[in-house]
Amino acid sequence: MAWLNAVVQGVLLGGLYALFAAGLSLMFGVMRFVNIAHGDFIVVAAYMILGFVVTLGWNPALGVMATVLLLGAAGYLNQRFILNRVLGKDILPPILVTFGMSIIIQNGLLQLFSADSRKLPAGGLETASFDVVQGVAVGLLPFLMFLTAIAVIGLLQFVFYRTALGRLLRATADDPEIVPLMGGNTAHIFAVATMLASLVVGVAGIWLAMKTNFDPAAGPSRLLFAFEAVIIGGLGNIWGTLIGGIVLGVAQTLGAQIDAGYQILAGHLAFLAVLVFRPTGLMPRLAR
Amino acid sequence: MALVAVTLVAALSLLAAPWWASRAELRLLMEALSFLALAQMWNMLAGYTGLVSVGQQAFVGLGGYLFFALGLSQGVPLLVAIPCAALATAVLAVPTGWVAFRLQGAYFAIGTWVIAEVFRLVAAQFSSLGGGSGVSMPAELVRAIAVSPASRETILYYVALAIGGLAVLGVWLLLRSRWGLALTAIRDSEAAAESIGINTRRVKFFVYVLAAFMTGLTGAFVFLQKLRITPEAAFSVNDWTAFVIFIVVIGGIGTIEGPIVGVTVFFVLRGIAADWGTWYLIMMGAIAIAVMMIDKRGIWGALRARFDLSVFPVEHRLEAAKDASGTATTPVPNNTDRIASC
Amino acid sequence: MTKLLETVALEAFYGDFQALFGIDFAIDPGETVAIIGANGAGKSTFLRAITGLRPTAGQRVSFDGVPIAGMPPDRIHSLGIAMVPEGRRLFPSLSVEENLLIGAAGGRKGPWSLQRVYALFPDLVAKRRNPGTALSGGQQQMVAIGRALMSNPRLVLCDEISLGLAPKVIKDIYRALPVIRAEGAAIVVVEQDVGQALAAADRVVCFMEGRVSLAGTPASLSRDAIAAAYFGIEEAA
Repeated sequence: MAWLNAVVQGVLLGGLYALFAAGLSLMFGVMRFVNIAHGDFIVVAAYMILGFVVTLGWNPALGVMATVLLLGAAGYLNQRFILNRVLGKDILPPILVTFGMSIIIQNGLLQLFSADSRKLPAGGLETASFDVVQGVAVGLLPFLMFLTAIAVIGLLQFVFYRTALGRLLRATADDPEIVPLMGGNTAHIFAVATMLASLVVGVAGIWLAMKTNFDPAAGPSRLLFAFEAVIIGGLGNIWGTLIGGIVLGVAQTLGAQIDAGYQILAGHLAFLAVLVFRPTGLMPRLAR
Repeated sequence: MALVAVTLVAALSLLAAPWWASRAELRLLMEALSFLALAQMWNMLAGYTGLVSVGQQAFVGLGGYLFFALGLSQGVPLLVAIPCAALATAVLAVPTGWVAFRLQGAYFAIGTWVIAEVFRLVAAQFSSLGGGSGVSMPAELVRAIAVSPASRETILYYVALAIGGLAVLGVWLLLRSRWGLALTAIRDSEAAAESIGINTRRVKFFVYVLAAFMTGLTGAFVFLQKLRITPEAAFSVNDWTAFVIFIVVIGGIGTIEGPIVGVTVFFVLRGIAADWGTWYLIMMGAIAIAVMMIDKRGIWGALRARFDLSVFPVEHRLEAAKDASGTATTPVPNNTDRIASC
Repeated sequence: MTKLLETVALEAFYGDFQALFGIDFAIDPGETVAIIGANGAGKSTFLRAITGLRPTAGQRVSFDGVPIAGMPPDRIHSLGIAMVPEGRRLFPSLSVEENLLIGAAGGRKGPWSLQRVYALFPDLVAKRRNPGTALSGGQQQMVAIGRALMSNPRLVLCDEISLGLAPKVIKDIYRALPVIRAEGAAIVVVEQDVGQALAAADRVVCFMEGRVSLAGTPASLSRDAIAAAYFGIEEAA
């Protein structure tokens, strides 16, 4: 029973990891670059919602909207005015610039908030649960988190495959040189891609704040989890990222079941196993 | 010419340091030489081979832990344990690299980071080496190096100097060799390099393992000097990757002199900003970003281009053949962009 | 009548290498002009310069009297210039229909629509949901042309549309040109197939090593003159 419970918790945790990963996957898909500060932006969102709801006492719905929209705006501006200038054939500048951003954000947060571990109290949401099967209780919070992940990914899928914007994003991912010949402004399109990813980062940060303790240095491990979920799932497939998150989450909770100290390591080992035996991932890009 | 003279003077003063430097200064020099070695290796990987790694701390920590394992558990004399640990690190780098190379580009970079995290978590499981809280080097093993603290410092200093010198000279010799030509070809265009018969995968793997060896060597030395190792310190991203990357990028990536300049700048800045706390790191990050956006060649790269300087020349230049009056008879090739078909 | 497109002394460089040495070119509204020349003559470079893919800041290029040198490609596109790129450059992640629809991303109004493009190239209807690149070469070329038409351009630049296609297929493709012309668009065709170019165009311009070596109507140019201009053979005095 304990094992079944661990699996269920792992699946739900996978929803959080899928949220972490979706933004990363989107940016790599459209622009071929990895934002090393990705995890740190998630932590920024967590501190933001904490600030709005706890420090400023805002209505949670308002806090959520403000956090998500501010992250989205920051993502657009960051891409348009800084990151666009280092994108190119050389992979080094974007890695270094985002690495520098990561260090700045972590230390900036440290300066502002101290190294204390924080968490957003979610009241009834945290304690409520329901029994799926005898002995397997599912918390309301993780369950809603998982549903959010599905909704977000479904929404991204819709945008990418059923809207004109999505057409432009996919075309830009294919051939950014030709897109301006169709009237597309690639500087703007890249920024929109990052904006979308940042909106998801905002949502992910809010759930992070509610689900676990976080501190200024928590960014890098979120980046690694996001990265692992993307690789396990397979590049180029947004739903694959959900599967990847679930596999990672289950690996972690099963590891924790053996010994609490093994949780993170178990996840890393699952990632390495996929890398060794199926480097293209579990659900690589399906031909459309 | 003047530059070579300056370099010689610097090298000689480094050789004579135990005579003119205070203990604090010697320790600073040892730290600088360690970072120089790490920076040369990261530069060799990223600046010359195109392998961007943010996980070299894996080998720093591995070198450190293997050194402690050999010295503590196996009773190997400490000075011998350093190169042995480096060799063992290189051996372990082979399967590690095989896994890491399943990824490309930026994903390779993060993959190396995951691997370093795995090493850290595994190291914390070894209770014989202190588990999560680490282990200290017993005093009697240290005293076996030399009886007086002063002579110990001198010996350790020369080990550091040897490591730093080995890193610089090693990279220089590598780049002047045929391997070096292959590396430059791979950096410029991997596809083109493959098409002329270079086994790019083997070259990249060789460089990866070589870097692991030197990085492990440096790691072993660093933790001998610190006399204590913990998983956090051994596999710290900030210490062994962030600082190293900043050093290389600010100093000048893709040049041998760059890391030397970078280490100097880094330590000067650290001296100035000693009390700044987190602002120091924020400043380093901002400078690295600024360098990437303004001139990604870094300080030395920009100076070199402007004044045509070189202390450790590695380029192969074509000189135009000249006729009797000294004017070139064949045009010197220029660096042109790739030309699309018209 | 103002020239639809005009360049005066246009130059283009790739780093230190000069590809175009002072091209004077003009085309009237509704005209079809063919640019011929050997590989490396600068034909594609010329088209890329017009569309803004190569830098032209400070030079003299005007479209319907409006100076467009140095403008970004998406702005030039919005003025009414569309390109059918060399090698088609369809988007593999988009279906045939999506490739056509993205051509209309600029939002210009005009006679061309999805229906009209399908009427012009009926072969595409059955394939509309296929990925853009899962088609034969000729069909891909039709999609590329259709994509350009969807932006309702006043000037269509066709870069080597016969490349890699069988003669019958080339003829099918070129049958579309008069229809495009009938809707009022001017067309520039860059071609290595001299015969096809002469048959389709009102005027022919020949490039050689980055310069205009010959220009005139097909009727007024002899085969010998064209060959000389194409290959740069010095005529015996």
